[in-house]
Amino acid sequence: MWHGCRGPKPMSDRVHAGTGMSLAQCFAGCRAERRAALIPFLTCGYPDGPQSLELLRGMADAGADIIELGIPFSDPLADGPTIQRSSFRALEGGMSTEGTLDVLRAFRAGHDTPVVLFGYLNPILRYGVDEFARAAIEAGAQGLLLTDVPAGSDPVLEKRLAAHGLALIRLIAPTTSPERITVMAGAGAGFLYYISRTGITGARAQLRRALGREVEAVKRRAGGIPVVVGFGISTPAQAADVAAVADGVVVGSALIDRCERDGAEGVQEFVAALRGVMQRDGPDPPATSSRPPHPG
Amino acid sequence: MTPRAPAAGDRFGPYGGRYVPETLIAALDELTAAYRDASADPAFAAELRGLLEDYAGRPSPLYRAPRVEEAIGAGPVYLKREDLNHTGAHKINNTLGQALLARWMGKRRIIAETGAGQHGVATATVCALFDLECVVYMGTEDVERQALNVYRMELLGAEVRPVDSGSCTLKDATNEAIRDWVTNVRDTHYIIGSVVGPDPFPRMVRDFQAVIGEETRAQLEAAEGRLPGSVVACVGGGSNAMGIFHAFVPFGDVRLVGVEAAGEGLDSGRHSAPLAAGTPGVLHGSLSYLLQDADGQVAPAHSISAGLDYPGVGPEHSWLLDEGRAEYVTVTDDRALAAFHRLSRLEGLIPALESAHAMAHVFEAGAELARHGPVVVCLSGRGDKDVAHVARLSGTEADE
Repeated sequence: MWHGCRGPKPMSDRVHAGTGMSLAQCFAGCRAERRAALIPFLTCGYPDGPQSLELLRGMADAGADIIELGIPFSDPLADGPTIQRSSFRALEGGMSTEGTLDVLRAFRAGHDTPVVLFGYLNPILRYGVDEFARAAIEAGAQGLLLTDVPAGSDPVLEKRLAAHGLALIRLIAPTTSPERITVMAGAGAGFLYYISRTGITGARAQLRRALGREVEAVKRRAGGIPVVVGFGISTPAQAADVAAVADGVVVGSALIDRCERDGAEGVQEFVAALRGVMQRDGPDPPATSSRPPHPG
Repeated sequence: MTPRAPAAGDRFGPYGGRYVPETLIAALDELTAAYRDASADPAFAAELRGLLEDYAGRPSPLYRAPRVEEAIGAGPVYLKREDLNHTGAHKINNTLGQALLARWMGKRRIIAETGAGQHGVATATVCALFDLECVVYMGTEDVERQALNVYRMELLGAEVRPVDSGSCTLKDATNEAIRDWVTNVRDTHYIIGSVVGPDPFPRMVRDFQAVIGEETRAQLEAAEGRLPGSVVACVGGGSNAMGIFHAFVPFGDVRLVGVEAAGEGLDSGRHSAPLAAGTPGVLHGSLSYLLQDADGQVAPAHSISAGLDYPGVGPEHSWLLDEGRAEYVTVTDDRALAAFHRLSRLEGLIPALESAHAMAHVFEAGAELARHGPVVVCLSGRGDKDVAHVARLSGTEADE
């Protein structure tokens, strides 16, 4: 099906790729502006390679502070139907791990928005752990989040992934013990990513009521490392609620849903709307979203 | 990937591990502790033994197959009759054990994945027995191939959820079961059907299946006064094979032979033989041999047998392969089908298509194997579920 696919040809501007702003700088900037960081997610290669590059640029131009760039995988078992669909489409279009780094290099030619690569371990193993850790930094990535490498599951591997400067972003679930959170914060790099509920990615109509309290509890153990929240955030109203308590807000499936309906312009509009509600002491967030929520 | 001491903690050499979403770590810790405590509790062991004997029908016989011996011109050849267990395969050994554990942990909802439907039926069965809610994920292609088992599960009170993502087979059903578990982890136990998945599943399922090898050893001792020369079993995820191998791993003279599905041939690219033709990779929570492409995308598997149609394999098999302790061979769809017919005619035993792969190897290599001593084949399941499928392949319409 996807045998031997190596993605699009390297883009011509790869030699000029910049390295991008550091995650620490980015959060410091947001803090100074008294707002949460907006972190949109995009599956690389969705809807295809060139268009995902345009979407990345559009997200950055519309005010994204950090972008999570998904490396497509055939068996995305932490993802709901929306991101599964986008992954399969990307793979069918020939996107690959190398192709994802190519898109990142091309993005870096004009943007310094920090990028966290988001994916699953197997494509990285196949690429070569050390080779990938080096290539991702060279392509301009700041961080790496592997959903199937929980903290401490493979210490030697984790050390090798971080050896060249990639921040290994840790997921914290509602089921994670306080002791684990403390350990992750101690080893933590970049930021901690709190999953808003037990489950897979995908838009939800409602966030859980206990979320604010849980985020506060994680922040108390985070030792100053920024805590962002994701999974299920699908409307500006929800994003505003989360921005009030977290250092950053991740929006993924809802953006891909929006892209499916309204294309690149819709994505840019949506990112701008989300960015507008990141401010903590800014204008009141809209009471309801402009679109009905889409339960995943 | 990351070498560790052999069989230390959560690994078999480098293989195994816990490559799962963070949300599941607490549940795996809980399961590990529950399994450790239950294993040390004589009452748990006694209850499981009682159920295996009175409910599942153990011990299963070790049957000497004279007409197989005649056909291959050598012997002795014994068949370990897991096909005679309740629900028709070895799967019930594991589901009884895990259902008791679920009850131990106070989890009232059970999920499972199934390929051929045998594990789904075995899970639905124990859920009926213990009055547990049961959801079984099954690829749409398998739902079609194994319609009778779907109805069986429903009769037993389970909900069968068809999975139409990816290749629509066992791999995708497993993805969906893991997604369910991540979502409902607090009140749900996932009864994985084979020696795959994150730790502790591979060693726990092996332990629940190890009764196959323990009985075999005692039965052969009684019949022949010696250990087998070789033990042959089919390998998909590899639970019947690990179950019968485990008792013999310490005896280096006993040849352990796993038979993978070569599908339309290893060269065709349409097969389910990661040990023969795959490379190490991570799928469904553990590092093990895996069918994958150059980009690390999991390659679709193929086998005539839904139960072997899986691109991965249990991590302990990867370890036994690398260590040279077990050998792994392959059998094509055609040879398995021929063995299905041949064993039916020779012994009046219709084997599951999975088990027919092991039989095919014995028909081919039995004379050579028998030179090392008695040959034991794990007849892991009966073929009732495959009769309609085989009839279709033979151009006959058989009413299910």
